[in-house]
Amino acid sequence: MTNSPSITSPEAHGLARPRTRHFGSAAVWVLSAAIIGYALVFGGYMATIVAFALIYAVFVSGLNVFMGLTAQVSFGQSAFAAIGGYTSAVLTTTYEWAPLPGMVAGLVFALVAAFLIGFPTLRLKGHYLAMATLAIGLITYEIAVEWESVTQGYLGISGIPPLGIGPFEAVSDRAILAVLSVIVVILAFAVTRIRRSRLGRAFSAVAGSEEAASALGINVSRYKLVSFLIAAAIASLSGSLFVHVVGYVSPEVFGLHMVILAFTMVYIGGLGTVAGPLIGALIISILPEVFRGMKDYQDLAYGVTMILILIYAPKGIAGVADALDARRSA
Amino acid sequence: MTAILEVTKATRRFGGLVAVNDVSFKVSSTGVTAVIGPNGAGKTTLFNIISGSIPPSEGAILLAGEDVTALKPEAKAARGLVRTFQLVKLFQDLSATENVKVGFHLKSRGGLMAALFQPAWAKQAEREAEEKAAALLDLVGLSKVARTSASVLPYGQQRLLEIARALAAEPRILLLDEPAAGLNAEESERLAKTIRRIAADGTAVLLIEHDMKLVMDIADEVVVLDYGRKIAQGTPEAVKRDPAVLAAYLG
Repeated sequence: MTNSPSITSPEAHGLARPRTRHFGSAAVWVLSAAIIGYALVFGGYMATIVAFALIYAVFVSGLNVFMGLTAQVSFGQSAFAAIGGYTSAVLTTTYEWAPLPGMVAGLVFALVAAFLIGFPTLRLKGHYLAMATLAIGLITYEIAVEWESVTQGYLGISGIPPLGIGPFEAVSDRAILAVLSVIVVILAFAVTRIRRSRLGRAFSAVAGSEEAASALGINVSRYKLVSFLIAAAIASLSGSLFVHVVGYVSPEVFGLHMVILAFTMVYIGGLGTVAGPLIGALIISILPEVFRGMKDYQDLAYGVTMILILIYAPKGIAGVADALDARRSA
Repeated sequence: MTAILEVTKATRRFGGLVAVNDVSFKVSSTGVTAVIGPNGAGKTTLFNIISGSIPPSEGAILLAGEDVTALKPEAKAARGLVRTFQLVKLFQDLSATENVKVGFHLKSRGGLMAALFQPAWAKQAEREAEEKAAALLDLVGLSKVARTSASVLPYGQQRLLEIARALAAEPRILLLDEPAAGLNAEESERLAKTIRRIAADGTAVLLIEHDMKLVMDIADEVVVLDYGRKIAQGTPEAVKRDPAVLAAYLG
């Protein structure tokens, strides 16, 4: 390939300047930090909205590993949030456990459930996997409703203690926001590291071409399962966080609307990006509040905004930022 | 000749159609072996049987003496048989370097914990992968586009990148499915050089090819298929003069 006119230049791809600039993605992080900072300073209703957004950002981070990095579809991630949430709720109320061990127990249950579900279904492809995961979400919802002796059915479980380790308890809005922000940042950091690792490359390979991945010795169903387990663990964590922050849980919390909302967030934020889950969750949570003043037209405004974002930023907000960075470094 | 790969009485039926019919041949552990034949001769089906994408209806595949007939592609790759695809299957979102690094999967280790905590050995392995990837890209002449996304590379470069990625898995035998398809004369020449170089470095190469010039230039041994059957085998010179081959190609 001595003469390849279609290649712009070697310098264009960061060889001469190996350190690419990241203004675009930095802007996304600054915007997210500004929204959280606003909520921290002014508190009140905004703090509640942003706290929910951060819990969703945790949930969406998990979904992003499975859907973004590995390119698989799951409509059933709410099931693992429900397992984490209910385990935390039951253990910390009925059995008076501390929140952290309750959370860990929820994580273990979610992983076991994900393994039992994932092992057979991840051999399915495309629509079949999506259908199977949809069923998982619906079944978990039914269990939460019907298993009254443990979950108290539609009534739900109240009096769940706040987040805390030992003497420290996150009761105030600010403490809750701080704890959740730290968790979201740790998850973003973890996703960054996974993307650049052997594991992350195996996920990308499965996402890119299952045939080529297996030709290179990658066990495709095994890596789909690993990705599914990571997503389930993070979903379980988000479920536990939710019940401790709100102090109450009922089956509706982990219904199908949670999955739809999370899908919107992951696409608006940017599928497969590091900053996407956070900015997606923040924007989707805040938009309805922004349009509240428009009364009858608020749903219309919300819908139009969503369509505009997907037209002008088809890879999501963080996806556009990454693309800008790539162009700048060119 | 020591055989790295042995195809024994391989047959594959699709309903009433016999795509590959009782084909047997051996592939030497050194040099380049080519499978040629007119369109529809069963070359790709034979390739898919060998690589494990589809099982044969009858017959066996031996890899270094071991029966690997029923193994999946990833298990065959682990035993040293790695293939490329007629329609290039790169990981489009990854750069050229990252594509090659995926190829090191079998020759490296590390899962979630290594990714998250990056112990010294994992960092070291990552550095080595980076260096080896650079060397492989250099081998196929793609150093200049190392950081370019695979999706924007011209077709000829995508083919070479796929070969570099396959080499990263350090195969004992490399299967190339029509590597010259869609290449211009100059790219084809570059490809021929690369394949000869790979063979000279000690990796057996088995390729399917339409491009007769490429086959005659680089193959040490040629297997000719027609209507699913093997009709000839030998050196390029011998095969060229074989009446059965001439009849198959000229009708």
